[in-house]
Amino acid sequence: MYQMTIAELAAGLKSGQFSSEELTQSYLQRIKQYDPELNSYITVLEEQALAQAKAADQRLASGTAGPLTGIPLAQKDIFCTNGVKTSCGSKMLDNFISPYDATVIEKFNAAGAVMLGKTNMDEFAMGSSNETSFYGAVKNPWNTKAVPGGSSGGSAAAVAARLAAAATGTDTGGSIRQPAALCGITGIKPTYGRVSRYGMIAFASSLDQAGTMTQTAEDSALMLQVMAGFDERDSTCLDKAVPDYTANLNDDIKGLKIGLPKEYFAEGLDSDLAKVVEAAIDEYKKLGAEVVEISLPNSALSVPAYYVVAPAECSSNLSRFDGVRFGHRCDDPQDLEDLYKRSRGEGFGSEVKRRIMIGTYALSAGYYDAYYLKAQKVRQLISDDFKQAFKDVDVIMAPTTPTVAFNIGEKADDPITMYLSDINTIAVNLAGLPGMSIPAGFSKEMPVGLQIIGNYFDEARLLNVAHQYQTVTDWHRRMPEQFA
Amino acid sequence: MSLDSDDVKRIAHLARLAIDEQDISTYATNLSNILGLVEQMSAVDTDQVSPMAHPLDEVQRLRTDAVTEQNQREHYQSIAPQVEEGHYLVPRVIE
Repeated sequence: MYQMTIAELAAGLKSGQFSSEELTQSYLQRIKQYDPELNSYITVLEEQALAQAKAADQRLASGTAGPLTGIPLAQKDIFCTNGVKTSCGSKMLDNFISPYDATVIEKFNAAGAVMLGKTNMDEFAMGSSNETSFYGAVKNPWNTKAVPGGSSGGSAAAVAARLAAAATGTDTGGSIRQPAALCGITGIKPTYGRVSRYGMIAFASSLDQAGTMTQTAEDSALMLQVMAGFDERDSTCLDKAVPDYTANLNDDIKGLKIGLPKEYFAEGLDSDLAKVVEAAIDEYKKLGAEVVEISLPNSALSVPAYYVVAPAECSSNLSRFDGVRFGHRCDDPQDLEDLYKRSRGEGFGSEVKRRIMIGTYALSAGYYDAYYLKAQKVRQLISDDFKQAFKDVDVIMAPTTPTVAFNIGEKADDPITMYLSDINTIAVNLAGLPGMSIPAGFSKEMPVGLQIIGNYFDEARLLNVAHQYQTVTDWHRRMPEQFA
Repeated sequence: MSLDSDDVKRIAHLARLAIDEQDISTYATNLSNILGLVEQMSAVDTDQVSPMAHPLDEVQRLRTDAVTEQNQREHYQSIAPQVEEGHYLVPRVIE
């Protein structure tokens, strides 16, 4: 059963081929067997998952089930889950039992999905390798010496090793697409504002967006259908009708205009990986798509702009962790300042501290114009590049990452090299656009992701374009033999 | 922009972060390198560009000023490090 997609599992549940309880039990068994090797889960919720499965089975029997009823999912540990530890990968929240559910979690509960557990992640979603987690690095199921990517590395590894039918992720600078690419799965980061951020622990509020990590584009459509939509508790969530994401999956893509940004195929791109991506684009030509070269001239400035905007917002968001109302508190504080400083100094890891300090500096008196204002202007230029490009093309395609998964420890001591591994994904967040990564083949026996970028609110088209590729290829069905 | 140890100490104080003395020089190097990366932005002229306020040019949504939340003080304080009679306790601030 574990190799089946959400769509296939839902059919099996509906026809009575197996129950949600049996299905949940089998995933829990796989987690016990394989997760000690991968470290993809921070918390496994055996009892609660089985109770949810039983309730789902009743719903299935009564004929009130939806497409996700009884499907065992993993939730990134950034989503607040009522009564369940929500750590965000940090020592700061190691003792935090959330007193409420995130909107995304509420929606999955209402849909009858089963929560197997909470997945490992880079601390406060700040990282590209999952090495910054307080709970230790996650291993890439395709090669356990390699990183799974980050920050949603636990979700990516869990789905790649089939330790969950699918998972949620969040993406601030590539945290869904990059690990999806490095682990050989499908992921979508929707348009900024499409999914509620309520109860999703904030890193950079103008960039953060929740999305899906699945085997197939069809599964992403099914999950996004549940997640998307207006929520008045998130002031930046957009009040815009949610289309039926599965309705157009099977439309043919003859005449689709694909733009290939030359800046994404330039220096720094691994030549063997580039061949895999080019082969995927040839497949699109066979499906009737038209390919044109485009330019996004300010692409190179996306990483510099991001490392002002994201740290600035993070320094502000993370000021709430002060040792007073929840989370880690230092022993025996001498005075209030000592309480703040030591609680935060002990609770945060070094990457989080670096980003808080960069943000604090960029926002400090006398530096605001030079850094934050400048970055927001550059952000406008990057966004304008995309607006210009979408006048001529329907979607943009590029490699999701410049290389396949690197080894654990390889970039851990060099923040700049680590930051540059997100060079192909960050611009999409700065512009607020939707982006996907789908499995496109292998290079050096490791998965390669093809990134598909769409115009605002064009998720349905991205899913259609991804699904069409998956009807003529089987990369998305491959899984690492070690976990089969 | 290059930061020295005193800069790091000043920034850490502004951010209310206790930093180990032995780590300060590493932070100074790392932060200086990050600012070096950031400074690549100066290559582009942005004098005529308006800063982006929202990716979709949306304005902040407002709501009517109505009470919607229930009082859940005890529930929320059940996870606090130290509370007494409905208050969060911190070290004495006023002598």
